Amino acid sequence: MPVDPVTALVGDQADKETYRAAYERLGLDKPLPVQFGYYVRDIVTGNFGTAISTGHPVIEDIQRVFPATVELATLSLIAGVLLGVPLGVAAAVSKGRAVDHLARIFGLFGYSVPHFWLGLIALVVFYAWLGWIGGAGRVSLGYVDVVPTVTGMILVDSALDRNWEVFRDALRHIVAPALILATTSTAYLSRMTRSFMLEQLAQEYVTTARIKGLTEWRVTMHAFRNIGVQLLTIIVLAYGGLLDGAVLTETVFGWPGFGQYLTSGLLAGDMNVVLTCTLMVGVIFLALNLAADMIYRVLDPRTR
Amino acid sequence: MSAIYFTEVAHSPTQATVQRLYFGWLRFLKNPLAVAGLVVVMLLVLVAVLAPWIATQDPFAQDLTQRLLPPSGKHWFGTDQVGRDMFSRVIYGSRVTLMIVSLVVAIVAPIGLAIGTIAGYAGGKVDTVLMRTTDIFLAFPGLVLALAFVAALGPGLVNAVIAISLTSWPGFARLARAETLIVRSSDFIAASRIQGASAVRIVLRHVVPMCVPSLVVRMTLSMAGVILTAAGLGFLGLGAQPPSPEWGAMLASGRRFLIDYWWMATFPGLAILAVSLAFNLLGDGLRDVLDPRSES
Repeated sequence: MPVDPVTALVGDQADKETYRAAYERLGLDKPLPVQFGYYVRDIVTGNFGTAISTGHPVIEDIQRVFPATVELATLSLIAGVLLGVPLGVAAAVSKGRAVDHLARIFGLFGYSVPHFWLGLIALVVFYAWLGWIGGAGRVSLGYVDVVPTVTGMILVDSALDRNWEVFRDALRHIVAPALILATTSTAYLSRMTRSFMLEQLAQEYVTTARIKGLTEWRVTMHAFRNIGVQLLTIIVLAYGGLLDGAVLTETVFGWPGFGQYLTSGLLAGDMNVVLTCTLMVGVIFLALNLAADMIYRVLDPRTR
Repeated sequence: MSAIYFTEVAHSPTQATVQRLYFGWLRFLKNPLAVAGLVVVMLLVLVAVLAPWIATQDPFAQDLTQRLLPPSGKHWFGTDQVGRDMFSRVIYGSRVTLMIVSLVVAIVAPIGLAIGTIAGYAGGKVDTVLMRTTDIFLAFPGLVLALAFVAALGPGLVNAVIAISLTSWPGFARLARAETLIVRSSDFIAASRIQGASAVRIVLRHVVPMCVPSLVVRMTLSMAGVILTAAGLGFLGLGAQPPSPEWGAMLASGRRFLIDYWWMATFPGLAILAVSLAFNLLGDGLRDVLDPRSES
């Protein structure tokens, strides 16, 4: 990994003058505060620099690769919610019994397993041995660029194009990375759901409902309605965590998204790419936090 | 020297401490999962210390005539693409993991504790400045920030440790601050202030010890994340460099051969999973012992 950006640009065979010229063109001869000033000026005006590896402006590259990550993370979040929330409710309702223990063990597993390893194992077992899923990439080679790009999300694009063959192929490719990426969010969501539900089930209105003779199912539903806002907040926060997890998952599955772009930029010593990506993720993270806060304020009357 | 009995009312601070530890230990033993976690963590330490005696071969010795052999009586976990014994490499890898974990603890614990207690105890502008700084670090997801730091520092094991430490101290600072805020207004702090104790003395003698239990729990739980991040950096080629037997880097080198030679990536991955799971189980158990409020 060439850490020197000038060498990365001109190569290590360049003579001193070429090196000097590139050095000055990049503004590296200026004092650090001045360089930082230039950087901030560029950022504010929307100039994030050019990616050395692709030759395109970084911002264009990100626009191209980002939909792939959004697609992966969204599907992953849906899986996480569909698995994690019912698991958490079931654990809370049967607190201290087998289901609760199983949910706890699953949760700890989800927190502890290295995603990239799980991905490799899934590729060996389900792709190489069983042939149930697609291999690396978003679609098989024969389907690349078959459907016109509208949103950049292959599932949506192929559905819009009514090309169900591509859709099915894309689905076969996305299912493994999405589910593996979902392990952490499933664990997180089930744990949080469990503790929210326990808090509600200890309330007096639950006792009242039970005395009234409502079925356990109705009582659970009563309590569940009341954790809705809290749940929505942490689901939004979990989405940010998925972006983090995507870096490794994308690398394993050759998923041409944001994470892979960041990693390849990193390995090429392309600081424009690394800085812009980090900055972007930070901004998205903050935006999601803000959104979670707003949801809470808007939906929960007590905070008004 | 008088004997210490566990059932009687404590007569000295030492006796009280011993009693508390003993009852905590009894409570800890009631949680089989936590005990399992402790056993695996102790095993990790033991394996790391005794690696030269446990390993069956030299973990760096290449033997191209023995490459890519499946697990057998001679090579328990098989061999890799240059004929190194996988079992010995996984064993030696425990040293790398243990080193990463210890270094991160050694860096993060004092920094987090210092910043958190100072911010919490001093309050006002100091608090605002320190906490806004932590917020900036918390605004980025861990791995992405660690990647950015490694990009700036250059790849390698030491830089990976620094990057992980830089991304994980804010959580501890927040926690230490929260604990400090609770302790700060208690009567015994007021009493020692009236007696003329300096702020430094109060923080060091009274506030810090109160923060330690919850910090230990948090530390243990976050070790799992540290191990995963370190392995992830190694896997991306940004952490420990070859030929170091770091588990993540081993996974990366086994990746190309994985389809035909399953053992190359399976065993290092299992090692990562086992250790990270152990820290999570241990942390969970410790929380039940040290923080009775969360007892479920």
